Amino acid sequence: MDNNDIREIIQQNIKKKSHFSDRVMPKFFLFMALISVVITFGIVYTLIFDSIKFFSQVPIREVFSTNLSPLSREPSFGFLPLLNGTFLTTIIAMLVAVPVGMAAAIYLSQFASPRLRKVLKPVLEVLAGIPTIVYGFFAYSFVTPLLMRLIPSLGAKNVLSPGIVMGIMIIPMVASLSEDAMNAVPTIMKEGAMGLGSTRLETTTKVIIPASISGIVASIVLAVSRAIGETMIVTIASGSSKNFTFDITQSMQTMTAYIVEFTSGDAGSGTVGYYSLYAVGLILFVFTLGMNLIAQHIARKYREEY
Amino acid sequence: MIDIDQYITKYVYDVKGLNLWYGDNQALKDINMHVMENEITAIIGPSGCGKSTFVKTLNRMIENVPIVKTEGEILYNGRNIFSSKMKVEELRTRVGMVFQKPNPFPKSIYENVVYGPKIHGVKDKKTLMEIAEQSLRGAALWDEVKDRLNDNAYGLSGGQQQRLCIARTMAVSPEVILMDEPTSALDPVATMRIEELMEDLKKEYTVIIVTHNMQQAARISDKTAFFLSGELIEFDKTNKIFANPSDKRTEDYITGRFG
Amino acid sequence: MRDRNTEDFVFEEEVYSMNEKIKKPVKSQVTFNKNRISRRIFLNNSAKHLFSLSTVFAMVVLGILLYQIVSGSIGWLDWQFLTSNLSIFPEKAGIKGAIIGTLFLMMIVIPVTLVLGVATAIYLEEYANEGRIQRLIKINISNLASVPSVIFGLLGLTVFSRMLSLGSSILAGGLTMSLLVLPIVVVAAQEALRSVPGFLREASYGMGADKWTTIWRVVLPVSIPGILTGAILAISRAIGETAPLVVLGIPTLIMKIPSGIMDDFTVMPIQIYYWTLDTVLTPEYAYLASATIVVLLVTLFVLNSVAIIIRNKFQKTF
Repeated sequence: MDNNDIREIIQQNIKKKSHFSDRVMPKFFLFMALISVVITFGIVYTLIFDSIKFFSQVPIREVFSTNLSPLSREPSFGFLPLLNGTFLTTIIAMLVAVPVGMAAAIYLSQFASPRLRKVLKPVLEVLAGIPTIVYGFFAYSFVTPLLMRLIPSLGAKNVLSPGIVMGIMIIPMVASLSEDAMNAVPTIMKEGAMGLGSTRLETTTKVIIPASISGIVASIVLAVSRAIGETMIVTIASGSSKNFTFDITQSMQTMTAYIVEFTSGDAGSGTVGYYSLYAVGLILFVFTLGMNLIAQHIARKYREEY
Repeated sequence: MIDIDQYITKYVYDVKGLNLWYGDNQALKDINMHVMENEITAIIGPSGCGKSTFVKTLNRMIENVPIVKTEGEILYNGRNIFSSKMKVEELRTRVGMVFQKPNPFPKSIYENVVYGPKIHGVKDKKTLMEIAEQSLRGAALWDEVKDRLNDNAYGLSGGQQQRLCIARTMAVSPEVILMDEPTSALDPVATMRIEELMEDLKKEYTVIIVTHNMQQAARISDKTAFFLSGELIEFDKTNKIFANPSDKRTEDYITGRFG
Repeated sequence: MRDRNTEDFVFEEEVYSMNEKIKKPVKSQVTFNKNRISRRIFLNNSAKHLFSLSTVFAMVVLGILLYQIVSGSIGWLDWQFLTSNLSIFPEKAGIKGAIIGTLFLMMIVIPVTLVLGVATAIYLEEYANEGRIQRLIKINISNLASVPSVIFGLLGLTVFSRMLSLGSSILAGGLTMSLLVLPIVVVAAQEALRSVPGFLREASYGMGADKWTTIWRVVLPVSIPGILTGAILAISRAIGETAPLVVLGIPTLIMKIPSGIMDDFTVMPIQIYYWTLDTVLTPEYAYLASATIVVLLVTLFVLNSVAIIIRNKFQKTF
């Protein structure tokens, strides 16, 4: 076949070619991409729409009370017990996750040899990949009985055990995000400190951590957001008691556990109890979204520094 | 009947008053030059002089940079390449391009060569095979790869990869082949093979080659254009440019006083 | 360096060997207080051990967790357990229904997330211009990823179960789960597309290919390993996720094996959840939960290994 023939065929084909794909594809992909935005608006819309129904029937004073008894003859919807339960489990989780996660991050990024890191990082990844239901089972059937030996007054359902296990679950997240932040510190700064005779510890505390503090803080904020939204561990191990108490050996309900209890129970559509789900969901959503936005804001600031 | 084309000088490219900006930065300043059929035109100049920008403008590849603005005309066989009637697909099949770094697709050797014909609607297996053989022979690669057409192209050496890219370009039967420093990533032996190949290419195609290597320009080209800071300083027969440049700056560059 | 006494040698080893670039200790006028230095080194070493202990802690917990679960499952996890229907009698109960339910769920989740996720990534990486819409979508994806899974359950409950009357069917569960894991696929696909070298696109455009042809024939084939890796991670997340499905109101005891996407179903995590809750009444349920967890973890492990193999095999052709 001659060159001219090929050229002729190809030029004919190009002339015939409709520019359909060039016109349609960008619109098609834009449409598909916008679906994710629609989902978000769907979430916000359903939450707000049904929350309004709740707040129009329940006085705001009642919402901020400590009396939560949605299924009693005279239901009361005070959310403070839920906020309290969420708050306490989150604090316990952070008390575990932040020190251990940070220490692991420092160890991995500053002290561990590359070979050791190759072993340790996958372990953390495995820990991060375990489904939360497994942690829930672990908290309920292992950690709680173990803690009972130390604290005899501990209830079979309590806040302490799921808090600790949730903290363990979040360790990999804090560790890997903080490690990323520490690794982002320019080597030249580290070398500067070491060159002046600082030990690794001094370099870490005086140079690395101050330089990566915003990334570290962002990782902690994200961890808090994760703890607030965590569902299965607390549903299984901290139970559904709606008491307002600060005794962490007792059962309490978190916002997430409330949602699970109510939907898997038989709250009929249209009742105040049903709408209370959405009100709790909205509070949860606002909390986690807020945390996430704060974390993004902090993280963006630290990216600009170098 | 008289073929008029025989009697008029045929310009493949006729560049008239071309200006080009990257944002506010003017990269080409009032370029006027022409390219003759079946000649090798070399474009030389220090790095950053706009020579690469210039060849990428000739097949409108430069438009992939979003902030580029052009002004002036480039006539390709008498048709303005910037006019709306000129489809960019047509221009780029008529004007093929070989890049600085060999850039075969991570597919088989065969699939690389027939990529162009395939996307432009040639479906017949026999025709495609014919095109593949012809192009690979044209790029002096056939004997080396004929037994392993289905192997991945990345198994080839750098020089072979670059000849494969030349074959791929030839597969759509272009009229012009643009080469943007095609040997700068290759060793001397591979470079020599490609330079030998250029002699043959010239019979079928018009070749425009950007090179930072003055010896290369002197060895292979018929005409040479010298660019400096976005301006076309001198454009003449290669012999003339290297033996007796008319501009002081050309002479300085060729004798190695800068660049 | 060599002719100093041992204590000083330790000091230099600590400080200078960490940095190849600084070869010679700078001569300094400062007289080092040896006690101070050894205290600093002591602090440094203790801290190092403390930090490594916390990393070890994570490993120990992982070990205990796996040991507990595996030892609980011994004697219960057998072929009969995998192939039997649910039963209220622990000795007879099996998770055939949950396994089939998981497979059915994946039949919805895989196509939906792949199509939506890859398309979104293609838009963001290939078609979108820097601008408001692109920013909106990007911010949206990253925030969607942080929404608690139980909220996705509420969305699914409202939109799929009630508004579209899909109830607690496989379709409703699958769609809900797809939305949950969508951000994972989008982000992975974006990274995969971004990693396709510019010179390949250039080669294609240079042949006169239009944008879509270039994406379809060059960019997508090259980024498939990356996309697949992300998809597998998304699938493993969906397989292990419980909360959204619980919120959809999946019944506690489903004896029937699902046969179509409109059927009610159960999956392994749900089964673990219900058995764990009921250990108060029937302690043997804890063993069933353990056995199910082992099956779940093995599944996830296999999936993740496949993802790692794909990632390593196709890494860096260029």
